Amino acid sequence: MTATTARPSLTAKASNYLDERTSMSTLVATLGRKVFPDHWSFMLGEIILYSFVAILLSGTFLTFFFEPSMTEVFYDGSYAPLKGLAMSAAYASALDISFDIRGGLLMRQLHHWSALLFIAAIGLHMLRVFFTGAFRKPREINWVVGFILFILALAEGFTGYSLPDDLLSGNGLAIINGMVKGIPIVGTWISYLLFGGVFPGDDIVPRLFVLHIMLLPALVIAFIGIHLVLMVINKHTQFAGPGKTNDNVVGAPIMPLFAAKAGSFFFIVFGALVAIASTFTILPLWEYGPYDPSPVSAGTQPDWYIGFADGALRLMPGWESEILGWTVSWNILIPIAVLGLFIVLAMVYPFIEQWITGDKREHHIAERPRNNPTRTAIGAAGVWFYAIMWAAASSDLIATHFRLNVFHVTYALQAMLIVGTVIVYWLTKRIAIGLQKKDREILLHGYESGRIVRRPGGEFVEVHQPLDEYEAWKLKAYESYAPVMVRPNAKGKITPATHLRAALTRWFFEDRVSPVTPRELEVAKQHDDH
Amino acid sequence: MSAEDQSAPSEQSIVAYDRGAAIEQSDGFSNPGLPPHRPRQTDLHPAKERRAERQVVAWFLLSMLGSVLAIVAYIAVPIEPGNMGSVRANNLFLGLAIALALLGVGIGGMHWARQLMSSHEVVEERHLSRGSEKSRARAVEIFELGDQESGFSRRTLIRNTLIGAVAIMPLPAIVLFRDLAPAADAVDSIAHTMWTEGERLALDPTGTPIRADDVTIGSAFHVIPESLKDLGHDEGYLDQKALAAVLLMRLPVDRLKEAPGREGWSYDGIVAYSKICTHVGCPVALYEQQTHHLLCPCHQSTFDVTEHAKVVFGPAKRPLPQLPITVDAEGYLIAQRDFTEPIGPSFWERLNHIDPDHVPVSAAETETRA
Amino acid sequence: MIGLVVAGGASVAVGSVASAEPSSAPYAQQLTAEDGELLFRANCASCHGLQAQGTENGPSLIGVGAASVDFQVMTGRMPMAFQGPQAEKRDPQFTQEQTDAMSAYIAALAPGPGVPDDEWLDASQVDDEGIARGGALFRINCAMCHNVAGAGGALTEGKWAPALRDIEPVHVYEAMLTGPQNMPVFNDANISPEEKREIIAYLAYLDENPSVGGFDLGSLGPVSEGLFIWIFGLGGIVAVSVWLTSRPN
Repeated sequence: MTATTARPSLTAKASNYLDERTSMSTLVATLGRKVFPDHWSFMLGEIILYSFVAILLSGTFLTFFFEPSMTEVFYDGSYAPLKGLAMSAAYASALDISFDIRGGLLMRQLHHWSALLFIAAIGLHMLRVFFTGAFRKPREINWVVGFILFILALAEGFTGYSLPDDLLSGNGLAIINGMVKGIPIVGTWISYLLFGGVFPGDDIVPRLFVLHIMLLPALVIAFIGIHLVLMVINKHTQFAGPGKTNDNVVGAPIMPLFAAKAGSFFFIVFGALVAIASTFTILPLWEYGPYDPSPVSAGTQPDWYIGFADGALRLMPGWESEILGWTVSWNILIPIAVLGLFIVLAMVYPFIEQWITGDKREHHIAERPRNNPTRTAIGAAGVWFYAIMWAAASSDLIATHFRLNVFHVTYALQAMLIVGTVIVYWLTKRIAIGLQKKDREILLHGYESGRIVRRPGGEFVEVHQPLDEYEAWKLKAYESYAPVMVRPNAKGKITPATHLRAALTRWFFEDRVSPVTPRELEVAKQHDDH
Repeated sequence: MSAEDQSAPSEQSIVAYDRGAAIEQSDGFSNPGLPPHRPRQTDLHPAKERRAERQVVAWFLLSMLGSVLAIVAYIAVPIEPGNMGSVRANNLFLGLAIALALLGVGIGGMHWARQLMSSHEVVEERHLSRGSEKSRARAVEIFELGDQESGFSRRTLIRNTLIGAVAIMPLPAIVLFRDLAPAADAVDSIAHTMWTEGERLALDPTGTPIRADDVTIGSAFHVIPESLKDLGHDEGYLDQKALAAVLLMRLPVDRLKEAPGREGWSYDGIVAYSKICTHVGCPVALYEQQTHHLLCPCHQSTFDVTEHAKVVFGPAKRPLPQLPITVDAEGYLIAQRDFTEPIGPSFWERLNHIDPDHVPVSAAETETRA
Repeated sequence: MIGLVVAGGASVAVGSVASAEPSSAPYAQQLTAEDGELLFRANCASCHGLQAQGTENGPSLIGVGAASVDFQVMTGRMPMAFQGPQAEKRDPQFTQEQTDAMSAYIAALAPGPGVPDDEWLDASQVDDEGIARGGALFRINCAMCHNVAGAGGALTEGKWAPALRDIEPVHVYEAMLTGPQNMPVFNDANISPEEKREIIAYLAYLDENPSVGGFDLGSLGPVSEGLFIWIFGLGGIVAVSVWLTSRPN
């Protein structure tokens, strides 16, 4: 190596080495300065990803010590109140992780807290995407991919909840067993095969373990990969703002600002989770004792994300029929059907909305929820519906904490589920339209400044502060839709689908607030100046 | 608004998509463009910039300290077997030190990015998600070539038999799942419990048999068959317990409203009911000795013990199955026989396994069956 | 001893009352069953009847025994503050001596379970395996209402099972023995005195040992964990992301 001024640095040499073998420079050239818009709600997806990393790391640690077996052992660890009791090897090893391995309890709590955060962040992220219309073309497929991830996350959560084989998880499985048995024709057999014989059997923990640590994580990682690749291809949505259009992305480049922020955020999320895991108990499984079909604990609840299913079971009246000698458990089937329909409707919503609007263009501007009142109202009603079922899963705790009769709590929640959903829909729509009208007023006449002046004529008026053009743009820039007319198609016919579509666009857009036009603004200005 | 108006014409924007119900606003407002860049304090004052730099360094140093402390905590705060306080301390100090190490890097890095890295906004053009016209045309061409060269759509018989072969292929996988469970019949194995004539009622978990005299009014006993305690866990102890668990209660005789045909199933005000809920199978064990209600803690189904555990509230439909009991010569409580109907949650084939001797609790139960 | 008390009459019950308060016995003013009767008439008879025979507003107390009186009065459940779904725990309205006198009066009316001997309340006599047995018995017989961690739970129609943290051993024992309100009775044939002591020792273990993993969020299980992660976990991290996407000055 000669000592010339052009002597390459070590980094340059390493980069060259890599590029000559991988063509890395192409990737860096295309992605290195890719731009990401900045908004707090765009970080929700990152929270999901980072808590997933925390789950993977802590989960790997746990697999080194966890014994996924239902073989009977007699506990001989260091937790006195369980000494000598017969239990499964799975439960005993979970106790050993908690009490006999330094950092074991920390990793177990980190794993569980991260899982709760993972799914909570998924929920909030989905709400963000829904309420801003970020699922519209070209992102419908990515919405479905994300939805599959949500379902996979629920499956991961439930299989994990069942592994320690404590009283809580065992009773959770007992409920699953009962629900499966309620499925017509095949239910009894599915339960029998799932549990490897009569419930609880000796097989369910190892089987769920394989799903929990192998099949499901592989699927989650694969779908996260698809989700992120599609996000890179579609580029991120952004909120309307000055300089931001449907044809550009304004924000921070990956190198260096976005990478620095995202990388730091990873450590912040991870650090916050470790801090929670070191100071707050989650699932004190030693209190629950080993699974036994006879005991049960007051307050037997699933983890929060399964709560809506448990709540649906609680709210259902006790209906069951015996038809032609077969038993049909409506008290199980109807909740399953309602939940299934709810999930499927949410998953295909982007396609339904696109069919109604007939809008085939690409949309990259995240809408403000108020600017699409009907969608926002549908979403709010869905959130309410979900939230009531979720609350129902803790009806007993609501009763004890607020000194209420648990029967009355159940009746009230049943009413709120059906009537409340309609009221919330209507109310949200009115509020959204009201906010649109307010925006219109502000745009036309400016902010109310709170300053009162007396006119020469003796009249008192409040001075309105006009918006600057950058602020005004946020209120001007939105898409508006109108109901479509029923028109004959190319063959000169009017099909039922055309009628349906016209009716649906009326439902969606009839009471829309039309955006301000430049002419209106001009007139308003002249009037105010007058 | 109409954002497209702003974009520079490119090859792709020739594609005109249907606007559907969207309103065209040809006279829309024009985008004012990015607002002028506002410099930060750190851009304007070198002193502030240096201060921010020192803060970032401080956070990174704190992180290092956290990592060292974590190792110290691991060694210096060990777990003493059986001492729960030591487990708690280990968890707390180890965790907080690791959290400090992580948060130090996170907060320091964030501070660096926010205060010191360039804050100029960058604009990147978007393009339609679809490929370029050239690549689309080439893709079509490739598929046509593939079809041509293989004869996929020309040789229909080959194509259709291939599709059929692949469609049937997964079927063996379904068959393979049969041996997830033993060869026995699924329904038979849950239709009966280990209660038989003369089986003594015994305390859970000790297996001590129960004398009728010992069951005083207001008592609730959690019961297993006496012979269950001889079963090892590897011999299906939990499986049999899940079927046979029973709750035994004594009520004042005048409170019991016994249905015709079931008078002989109780003994002097002592009644035994399956503990497994007829809804989805949680143990129903919350007995209120004054109201004589039994509550399931999972979904709040409530059963009235005075009337053969009929449902008074909640999502369960059927009453809890009653175990017919009596006493033996020594005064111990024994079962007269197995339950007359399958216990636990409803299942499709349940009615096929109801014993001819079963006495329905009420006319309502028989009515729905008809 | 307990067997004697259960089977025995008033004199035995009075004897065991005295032995329940050994420290105060030598110098405290000893109240008699007659004093207890006066206290009863003044404070309890309006609901339970002048002869404790019961009225529309309160059950008969004949045969409930000294243990029941001691439990109800010394946990403040009786006299009842107001008619509700069930009597609530509060500060006791009577001293131990006054309560003992009323217990003696009630016990003299008809035989019933007496106040337990100190021997059966002493958790220190229970070894680790006994605590483990106590835990198993607690899960089978108690946890369905009182929750595995003793956090309490809901019953039907506005009633509830109270939390069991930091309860006097004697009251735990008396509750099992007498089945106050809607709690079932756990007599000595169901749960022997030794087993009751093991349950008391298990509860003492829960009281004495800290929540291992950190703050226990009320030991209410997954519901409080879910609320915590939404409000403080996700809420906190979202607050952080609002900060870090904001523009610095």
